[in-house]
Order: sequence, then C-alpha cells, then structure tokens
Amino acid sequence: MFVQLSLPVERVHTSPMPNDASEPRVSALDLFLTFSRITLSSFGGALFWSRRALVEQHGWLTEQEFVEMVSLAQLLPGGNGVNLAVLVGHRFAGWRGAAASIAGFLGAPCLVIAALAFLHHRYGELPLVHASLTGMSAVAVGLLLAMAARMLVVLRRSVAPWTFVALTFIGVGVMRWPFLAVVGVLAPFAIAAAWKDKL
Amino acid sequence: MSAIELAGLFLYFLVLSFLAIGGAPSVLPEVHRYVVEVNAWMTSAQFAELFSLAQIAPGPNVMYIPLIGWQIAGMTGAAATLIAFIVPSLSLTVLIAKLYERHPKAAFGIAIRRGLAPITIGLIFSSAWVLLPAVNADWRGYAITALTLVVLVRTKLNPLWLFVVGAGAGLAGVLQ
Repeated sequence: MFVQLSLPVERVHTSPMPNDASEPRVSALDLFLTFSRITLSSFGGALFWSRRALVEQHGWLTEQEFVEMVSLAQLLPGGNGVNLAVLVGHRFAGWRGAAASIAGFLGAPCLVIAALAFLHHRYGELPLVHASLTGMSAVAVGLLLAMAARMLVVLRRSVAPWTFVALTFIGVGVMRWPFLAVVGVLAPFAIAAAWKDKL
Repeated sequence: MSAIELAGLFLYFLVLSFLAIGGAPSVLPEVHRYVVEVNAWMTSAQFAELFSLAQIAPGPNVMYIPLIGWQIAGMTGAAATLIAFIVPSLSLTVLIAKLYERHPKAAFGIAIRRGLAPITIGLIFSSAWVLLPAVNADWRGYAITALTLVVLVRTKLNPLWLFVVGAGAGLAGVLQ
C-alpha cells in the first residue's frame, strides 16, 4: 500500500477517483482562500463552518464524503479542523493543496492570537477586562460540555462504550492520572470491544 | 526560560501531538497537569483564562496551545508549542490521507474510530471537569456554564452570543 505507483504524482492526485468525471477542479489558491474564510468565521469550532463552505457553498464534497472525512479527521491525532483542512487540500491538489489549506486555516488565527496575547498581557489585569473574561470563561467551559454531550449521540446503546466514557473521565478528570497511562491502557480494550461488537 | 527547558517544552508537545486523539480539547487535562500541577508555570485560573481567550477568537480550538506556550516563554514559546503540536500529527494525516483515498472503507479503520470515540468523549468531559473549579468561584459561575450547556445542546444559537452574555454578567459584577 505504501509503494508509490508508477503513474506521475500529479495525475494520481488530480484524479483520485477515475470513475468520477464530475470531480470538481480546485486549485491551491482556491483552497487557501476558502480555508482562510472558514477559519475567520469559526467561532467555537470550525466543523460547522467547514461543512457550510465545502458542501453547501462550493459543492466540492458531497454530504457523505464530508462525514467520512470528518470521522477520519477526528480519528487522527491533532486538531480536528486542521486535519480536515489537510485531508481536503490533499485530495484536490496533493501536497501543494495540503500546504495551501493549512496556511489558510492557521495563518489568520495566528495573527489574531498574537494580537490577543499582546492585549491580554497589556490589559488583562484591568478590573473590567478581568471581569468580562471571568464571565466568558464560564461560557467557554459550557461550550466544551456541550460538545461532549452532543458527541454522546454517536455511541451505541450498549454497555461497553458508556463504560469507556466513564473510565476515561474518572481516570483523567477526577483522579488526574497521566493521559498516556489512562489512554494507553483503555484504548486497546475499547478498540477490541468495538471490533467484537461489529462482528 | 533556558534553552534546555524550551527544548523540553518542545519535546513534550511533540509527543502529545501523536496522542491527541479527538483533537486539542482532549489533551487539555494533560496540558493542565503538566504546566500547572507539575511545573507551576501558571495558576489554574490563568490557564483557564488563556483557554477562554482562544475559544473567543476565531479559528480552530488548537489555538489555546500557542497561548499557553506564549505565557510560559513568550513568542518563542508560542511558536515552539504550536509547531511541535501540529507538525507530527499533520505528517501522519497526509500519510493516512493517501491510504484513505485508496481504501475508504477499511474495517480496521472503522473499529478504531468506533473504539476511540468513547475515550475522546471521556477526555472532553475531563477537560471541562479540570477547568470548572478554576473558572467558577461560586454557584453563579456554574449557573452560566449550565445555561451555556443547555442552550447549545437544545438550540443552534451561535456560541458568540453566549460569550456576550458571559462578558455582560462579568461586567455587571454578578460574578465574584
């Protein structure tokens, strides 16, 4: 599977699905601009805005393709949005596409974060700024909880997955054991349980 | 911060990059443990505030990591943590992208995805659990967190409006 095909690299990338003649043509520049736009409208997570741009506005991906790519992006380590940008970019324009997507996706947020870091350093101790940040922090945690709660709907109605949610929460959250130890022990069992469940 | 400490920080996030299944929010308890509990580079409240800043800003939720790096070691720290956290997992993603484009429905991929989903969810609940006491001084803070949870689960409201409400409550002196 890792052996490079004898076809020129360009052709492999521009036609990943030879039987699909309607594959949209998307350049690296298109990818850069689109992901810049997605990221700058992404308040509270990028997936919502990615779907809107990639599926609804541009029609680069079908609904089904989008769901599959998001699942893969979530399965892979690292930021979900970042992974999705790379998967989409790579599919349409190979390495250049992946690089263009990631530059678009992270470029503007880096500038925003640098500005915020500066402002926070300068004005973070002002009572009014501090008071509003305290309120916004309470909301930020609610956002995390809502994300986890929404994700619960994908779990099957059987004991195993819910047990793994609980064990992970107790180990990492309540007991504060190191992430590596908890996930390292639980992940093989969780994957084995899912494999058995499927058969 | 010395060059050796900086290298240690870089290596730490490099390793974390490969482990961050479910994305940046799921490694938050581990990052908190490392920077607040083990190394005492900042207080839990500072940590929570930086996380909130990243949530308010547009962009992916991975951006809280360079903010933490910046607090520890300035711009160098921000660059070191972001690059260390992003580059290894991205290389892996490109590799997997090639495989996926050829085998979109491999059975082992499905089992891994289904198996890891509960762990990811447990990790995100853990992140919230770690942040809650750092963020909320008393029941009024918890009430705002609960309100956010209910509104976001029940409606499709843009979370930005809830941040406006939270900031307003803070400014009005409701909190603390």
